[in-house]
Amino acid sequence: MTNYHKDSVHENIDIEIKLFLEAIFLKYGYDYRNYSKAHVKRRVLHRLNLSNVESISEMQYKVLHDQSFLREVMKDFSINVTEMFRDPDFYVALRQEVVPVLKTYPFIKIWHAGCSTGEEVFSMAILLEEEGLLNRSQIYATDYNQQVLDVAKAATYPLASISEYEENYHKEGGKGNLSDYYTADEEAIRFHDYLRKRVVFSDHNLVLDHVFAEVHMVICRNVLIYFNRELQNRVIKLFYDSIITGGVLALGNKETLDYTNYSDAFEVLNKKQKIYLKKYFYNY
Amino acid sequence: MIGASAGGMDALKVIFSVLEKNFSLPIVVVQHISPQSENYLVTYLHSRTALTVKEAVDKEKAVAGTVYVCPPNYHLLMEEDKTLSLGAFEKVNFSRPSIDVLFETGALAFKKEAIGVLLTGASRDGTYGMGMIHSLGGMTVVQDPDTAYVASMPQSAIQSTPIDYVLPLNDIGPFLNTLSRAQVRK
Repeated sequence: MTNYHKDSVHENIDIEIKLFLEAIFLKYGYDYRNYSKAHVKRRVLHRLNLSNVESISEMQYKVLHDQSFLREVMKDFSINVTEMFRDPDFYVALRQEVVPVLKTYPFIKIWHAGCSTGEEVFSMAILLEEEGLLNRSQIYATDYNQQVLDVAKAATYPLASISEYEENYHKEGGKGNLSDYYTADEEAIRFHDYLRKRVVFSDHNLVLDHVFAEVHMVICRNVLIYFNRELQNRVIKLFYDSIITGGVLALGNKETLDYTNYSDAFEVLNKKQKIYLKKYFYNY
Repeated sequence: MIGASAGGMDALKVIFSVLEKNFSLPIVVVQHISPQSENYLVTYLHSRTALTVKEAVDKEKAVAGTVYVCPPNYHLLMEEDKTLSLGAFEKVNFSRPSIDVLFETGALAFKKEAIGVLLTGASRDGTYGMGMIHSLGGMTVVQDPDTAYVASMPQSAIQSTPIDYVLPLNDIGPFLNTLSRAQVRK
């Protein structure tokens, strides 16, 4: 039997996980204490199983004294599954319903929160270019994880993934060829500078940091699902405070404001794609 | 918690068509399904059962008598307060949704109260989760492989974990009704 099944692991599991997360927060400042419990518990147990330790308390000792173990744990908690034009229908909705809103602004600021390795950021930049908006747009792409930000900043992706991305791009109504936007060698592609210079990648932690700019649109897809309700509320408030009145909030297509305190603060622009507009008059 | 793969649509229909209207437990279903598909299973089951059927929504609370179907291309996790969480993380057993993810988080959240039902399928998904349910004191139920469209998924669980009830497909629905009535008496 693996560690996973041992009674000794489960006897004090809630206490030990709480202490483990507290230790990471106190020592390193990364705060996972309000992540979804089910998600955290599952990840901690898997890490326990892969590590050469007997208990979660031992993992706590290890994470306090071993930075490389911290990096493993951070990788477990932060999800970096992404692709270009992920959920093509979402981008179709952006072109049809969001672009007309953005067109009314003389200058467009977009905050992509939880941008991971950047594939979806460059998707947005390409879409803006094709809609004639890129030259008056600024995208702030943020993540709390420096390792994924470094990948995003390089704007370089494996050639092998491109054919799938090309398919998504055409499904979402792309107007040219994806290859118009990058240079390729035998192993990798790199997006053109005129796309990259419209994006500022930076370190921002949704759990701990504050509003840093007033923006016309926030995109935050498949991030909130890893948080508990309390933290979801904190983050939605952060978005609410960042978006100008009438501006856009886009979530993942299985995420919703319905179970947060802010469902009345936004109106629905596209129900299926979870795209919202900040209401004009709302007091919370 | 119910997990199904190949042949699951028919098996779920057989089970859900006999469940009683006042069913006293929440039911959460993971069926392996193409990531691009609309969640046809919701519509399909809706017209074939007395219970309410809906697609699982992140942070929604699971209530008795309602069937929550996992959306395609997401994992479904159970929280201790009976709310549902979705996850878009990497595939598990080549699957998203994965039956193991549902079963293991359900086992951790509900311990002795967890009930896992594993149905027909060609994968090994669900075997690990059934092990978790068993070792945390929950109940394990597996479709008799002889009555399964594809036998290997139920067989895999039977080989690696003690199973409380191995039942022919037609007996699973009535058995769940018995559990539901026992729950009401408690």
